[in-house]
Amino acid sequence: MKRFKVFSAVMAAIGTVVLLSGITPAQAADTAQKNLILATTTSTQDSGLLDVLIPIFEKKTGYFVKTIAVGSGQAMTMGQKGEADVLLVHSPAAEKQFMADGCGVDRKLIMHNDFIIVGPPADPAGIKGAKSAAKAYKKIAAPGSIYMSRGDNSGTHSKEKAILKAAGINAEGQKWYQQTGLGMGQTLNVSAEKKAYTLADRGTYLAVKKNLGLDILVEGDAILLNIYHVIGVNPAKWPKVNAAGAKAFSDFMVSKEVQDIIKTFGVDKFGSPLFSPDAGKTVESLGK
Amino acid sequence: MNMEQPVLAVKNLLVKRGGATVLDIDAFSVNRGEVVGLIGPNGAGKSTLLLAMSKLLKAKRGNMYFKGNDIESGNGAFAYRRMLSMVFQEPLLFDTTVYNNIASGLKIRGMASSGIRKTVMEHLNRFGISHLAKRSARKLSGGEAQRTSLARAFATGPEIIFLDEPFSSLDPPTREALMDDLQRNLQEAGATAVMATHDQMEALRLADRIAVMNQGRIVQMGPPEEVINQPVDEFVASFVGTETILRGKLIKTGEGTFTIAVSGHEIEAVGTGQIGETVVCCIRPEHVTISANPPGSATSSRNSFRGRIVKISRSGFFYKISMDCGFPLVAYITSSSLENLMLKEETQVFAAVKATAIHVIKHSPSMGS
Amino acid sequence: MDLIFEGIKQAFFLLLSFDREVIGITWLSLKISGTATFVSLFIGISTGMVVALNDFPGRRLVVSLINTGMGLPPVVVGLFVTIFLWRNGPLGFLEILYTPAAMILAQAIIATPIVTGISLAAIQQLPRNLRLQILALGATRIQMVWILVKEAKLPLLAAVMAGFGGVISEVGASIMVGGNIKGYSRVLTTATVMETSRGNFDIAIALGIILLLLAFVINAILTGIQQRERPR
Repeated sequence: MKRFKVFSAVMAAIGTVVLLSGITPAQAADTAQKNLILATTTSTQDSGLLDVLIPIFEKKTGYFVKTIAVGSGQAMTMGQKGEADVLLVHSPAAEKQFMADGCGVDRKLIMHNDFIIVGPPADPAGIKGAKSAAKAYKKIAAPGSIYMSRGDNSGTHSKEKAILKAAGINAEGQKWYQQTGLGMGQTLNVSAEKKAYTLADRGTYLAVKKNLGLDILVEGDAILLNIYHVIGVNPAKWPKVNAAGAKAFSDFMVSKEVQDIIKTFGVDKFGSPLFSPDAGKTVESLGK
Repeated sequence: MNMEQPVLAVKNLLVKRGGATVLDIDAFSVNRGEVVGLIGPNGAGKSTLLLAMSKLLKAKRGNMYFKGNDIESGNGAFAYRRMLSMVFQEPLLFDTTVYNNIASGLKIRGMASSGIRKTVMEHLNRFGISHLAKRSARKLSGGEAQRTSLARAFATGPEIIFLDEPFSSLDPPTREALMDDLQRNLQEAGATAVMATHDQMEALRLADRIAVMNQGRIVQMGPPEEVINQPVDEFVASFVGTETILRGKLIKTGEGTFTIAVSGHEIEAVGTGQIGETVVCCIRPEHVTISANPPGSATSSRNSFRGRIVKISRSGFFYKISMDCGFPLVAYITSSSLENLMLKEETQVFAAVKATAIHVIKHSPSMGS
Repeated sequence: MDLIFEGIKQAFFLLLSFDREVIGITWLSLKISGTATFVSLFIGISTGMVVALNDFPGRRLVVSLINTGMGLPPVVVGLFVTIFLWRNGPLGFLEILYTPAAMILAQAIIATPIVTGISLAAIQQLPRNLRLQILALGATRIQMVWILVKEAKLPLLAAVMAGFGGVISEVGASIMVGGNIKGYSRVLTTATVMETSRGNFDIAIALGIILLLLAFVINAILTGIQQRERPR
């Protein structure tokens, strides 16, 4: 029976770990009122901005924020289903539809940066320095180049579709046009491996560029603006939504404190800020 | 037979498997302190009967009485199970030491460890395995393992022990030694036991009574001598080693004797019967004597046949002599007899059988076989 | 090559400097996967026992379902758990989506068929008559089951290893139901995915190495017990 004691001891050890861990659903349910689900784009998480802002918000308000980093498209789907409380997204056309459908409340402009077209330094399509993003896409669409699309209904993907539409290109099914289905950071990694062009938000690009080997080839076109809004999920539609928490987060994001942090975020690491704070401005005034 | 109440009595037991009847026992009982040998070919239902009697198998119907009390299902069956022990062909030891294996039944009963120690020591000793107490059960030889299994079965002080072919996977010397130990322990413990075996020699050696099983039924039950010398039918006769089984017709009756015609030859046997009856003659090989010359009238054997040796083959420590005497006849002789008589195949010999050694079965139920 | 070397260097640096976040993530991974394995052991071993020891109509179907379940894709589990745990889903009232509890639930669902399947096989490979022998020794049904578990303890340890190994290295379900929330539901695998997507390959490699080390150490301990138990 002595041998069996060893076996029992292992079982007991595992049991002890379980008890020590103190993870119980009851405990989680207890704090449910204080939970706030923030559905956001991958770029805000991958850039590290939320790692700075969320702890401040939690400390200030006592809410516990569950940041679910997905594409803007999925974030808004979560909002539509009432599975998130507040959204931080960058897909203005889809956002307008979202608001029009009555899914959201209290949409506020937070910040912007811009999209850039990146590609291999050799630039086989010769788009470097192009003033128009649409023209650059027309060149990429010629044979011999590869373009990586995220293909995930994210804000970046929506922006890409908008540019393709402006350029009059039907990319779907074309040999040069490939889809990764991945987040921004990973799509940049894949593009680097494949020596392909892709559209990226500047924040993520700056965050991952150190090991990347992709250069900024096109920037500055007005169509490339990347604008982030915060939207509360409509509590009239979904009673379970934490509306107070959403309001608190929304107010927090436009507060002077946060706007100041955004203004300088990334300077120490990348030499320039990743985002420009835009609280109180209008979309039309941006990029001018 | 025994006026005392049987330890275990089985009535109208029926066990089915997949719709087919595998066991159908009208009545079977085991008396206190006796060893019953269950013999029969593979698939005869020996194991099934043991499992049914130990309440480890669900019977379709049937009653079982332990010391006269009906063993009911539920707690009655559980209480009964704690009064029995079972030993299988495989030792089925637990993955622990020999000591702990023998202690297992006692631990299951919640016995205090001081009591366990005393009992285990005693049984280690009884089966000559004291030196193995601390050894892992995985490192035992086949014989040692089966000794441990037997000790484990005896340690709980069972009222009745069921043994299912306990020696079948052992080599002959180990089997011999273990049979001795089992016999001694059964006697010392005054234990009641039922042992299934397909080896009639084992049963003859250990059993007070033998039950012969075939196709789920008990076809004959009685003391070993009776089963061997007076089989009730051809199946039992051949299973217990009757080599010569002849069918014939009763043609003549005398004073306590009668004569049977077999393939035109006359065989005289003891008993009564009606002329014209169809009967079966059973002649055990050890009851046939062989000589080179015709036996004189002085011999007490009433039957003498002239024959030709068809085949000589070894059978254990004896030689099996198959003869053609107008009908097939088989005898066993020792190797020295074989040399003395200078027997070879095709030799002409005379075979003699006493009339009293011929067992006659009338109206054999398995005539058709 | 440089990258891998950097990653290994970083891994040791993170480990040796007892980086708070990394220690926290590692500990959380252990807790969540350990708990999930523990839960799956209870359910899996008992289910395996019930199926192994009983004959009932549809048993074959149940066995094939268990065997299919052994290869249950984690993301599919993640998807269904997420749908069930949504606020407006059937189990939304529990309010455990994006919590470690949800991760334990998903991982336990992934590990349970594995543990069940191995337990079932472990009990079935014991000699057929063993359970009859145990009952004949006077055991109650519960005592019999307990003794059978002890007899099958070596293959059952393999079930522990397979279950734990399956869930600690799993990422699809964890990220879906846990949300990869920093300091709360971020475990080694989800952190590795995130750091990869952030381009922090050195940290990703470091986390990967820690995950490997963890799996190695746990399996080494269990294998050690298993080998010690085996006859020499």
